[in-house]
Amino acid sequence: MHKMHNTPAGRVFDVFNHLFLLLIAIGTFIPFVYVIAGSFATEAELARRAFFLIPENITLDAYKYIFSTNTFIRSIGVSIFVTIAGTIVSLALSLTMAYPLSRKGLTGRTLLLNLVIFTMVFNGGMIPTYMIVKSLGLLDSLWALILPVAINPFYLIIIKSFFQNMPDELEEAAKIDGCSEIGIFWRIILPLSKPVIATFTLFYAVFYWNDFFNALLYISDSSKWPVQLLLQQLVMIANVDFGNMDTLLSEPPEESLKMAVIVVATIPILVFYPFLQKHFAKGVLLGSVKG
Amino acid sequence: MANLKTEQSVKVHTLPINKMTLWERLKKDRFLYVLLLPGIIYFALFKYLPMWGTLMAFKDYSPFLGFWASDWVGLEHFKNFFSNPDFFRLLRNTLILALYDIVFFFPAPIILSLLINEIRITIYKRSIQTFVYVPHFMSWVIIASISYVFLTTSGGVINEVVSFFTGKEISFLSSPEWFRPVIIGQVIWKETGWGTVIFLAALASVSPEQYEAAIVDGAGRFRRMWHVTLPALKSTIIILLILRLGNFLDQGFQQIYLMTNSLNREVADVFDTYVYFMGITQGAFSYSAAVGLFKAVVGIILIYGTNYFAKKIGEEGLF
Repeated sequence: MHKMHNTPAGRVFDVFNHLFLLLIAIGTFIPFVYVIAGSFATEAELARRAFFLIPENITLDAYKYIFSTNTFIRSIGVSIFVTIAGTIVSLALSLTMAYPLSRKGLTGRTLLLNLVIFTMVFNGGMIPTYMIVKSLGLLDSLWALILPVAINPFYLIIIKSFFQNMPDELEEAAKIDGCSEIGIFWRIILPLSKPVIATFTLFYAVFYWNDFFNALLYISDSSKWPVQLLLQQLVMIANVDFGNMDTLLSEPPEESLKMAVIVVATIPILVFYPFLQKHFAKGVLLGSVKG
Repeated sequence: MANLKTEQSVKVHTLPINKMTLWERLKKDRFLYVLLLPGIIYFALFKYLPMWGTLMAFKDYSPFLGFWASDWVGLEHFKNFFSNPDFFRLLRNTLILALYDIVFFFPAPIILSLLINEIRITIYKRSIQTFVYVPHFMSWVIIASISYVFLTTSGGVINEVVSFFTGKEISFLSSPEWFRPVIIGQVIWKETGWGTVIFLAALASVSPEQYEAAIVDGAGRFRRMWHVTLPALKSTIIILLILRLGNFLDQGFQQIYLMTNSLNREVADVFDTYVYFMGITQGAFSYSAAVGLFKAVVGIILIYGTNYFAKKIGEEGLF
């Protein structure tokens, strides 16, 4: 960047600004570090020391314990299944719906677009949606975590705009070469949309991994809980007595166990974080372009 | 030459379509309609059918009779709701949370992006951004769980510090007076960093000449921030503020549900959590559907109202 004239007051400001932002960055991130450290610490150390970033005695007890329980392993399995299956279903539905909606000559296009946009400002609400899911027989089915939320209308509109901004000449040329409609979508449009597909794969995957609301609504069978719901039960019950909750573990959850579950539920996000940061920022900026 | 070609191809392409009958047009694009079908089924089933299902708000739905056989009761559930003290409690809680949000959270990303924008060592700037974005990607369950770990009275870090200085512990998680500060604190922690993305993007488009001109005019650092940087953010700030006002009824369900317990429910309940507790937990389906419908109708009026207002004051509307 260009060189700026800096006054002494400006230099003092710079020093404080750099330090202040460093503190903000550390402050934002340090709770995660503490939880990771705590998950490797002994109960005795957690009780004795108020705060630490490196445990004195590193132990894997908490992880050994949670990975020895069926409840935990199963919840991780549920979360992985819902994330993978959900992302595939969501992408397939969003891409196949966005493409026709991006074709300007399509009869009924404007009506459909308006119907989609209307769902962003008005919806039937929690109870009627619950009733539909119930009458479809999806209660306590993992598909209830996927199908009712399969298409995010915001993402759909952004993908549609992306398709729409592709040059028409591509399609014309493909038609002249004798390419069928299916061929145009499959062999030309989709391969050219890799960046946008990557972005929305991550958007949907993060949504499914993090989703707790739909599991709370539709899954009462504790053997089908995703890890987010299990974590909520584990942490919140121990602190506040809600009354009629099932106890999941034979003994009351100890601090390091909770921390270990938090860490496992966080790890996929941290592992993919470099991609997330890049693609999400792009998605936000894509979203701010009106389509 | 190239222009001529595209013009011709457009003509060739569009003329016959106008002459086609509806059936021929549908037939020509049959592949596109096949592609649309799963999406249309999704919207019909999970978005439009529930809208029609909100009619149950005017019925006395009984799971034994089913949707059709249940009696119509007109506006009874709405009357019950508006004459119930719960209504004012929910409205008050929602309004206070919205006010806290605008006063304490809303300015945070703006201030943070102004400060980040002042850093000129690129790698330092990137590193700061990388760290402050992290909590945005975490679920509310993770955020709430970590809050519990830190705030609990049984050995939480914050309470260890508090009791070291005051000799007493504060029940952050179960006392009504701490509910709102905790909620706003969580939002600040989770979303401030990420909130800077859109502001920093707006600042990236400010031309260096503007700063240079300000320097020539003898403006120091703070004057430049005030007179060049902040005005560049003005329309983004206005749009986001309008958006926020437009959906202030949507105080995040997940976050509030996770932090609610029997001791702080009085101040914690908002419309969505109330619908959940009344409908799903207690089975008052029609009554809670009426509450949900009330919220949705007010919501849509607010969105269109604020959008109209935005256009009126000369800003670009959302739609």
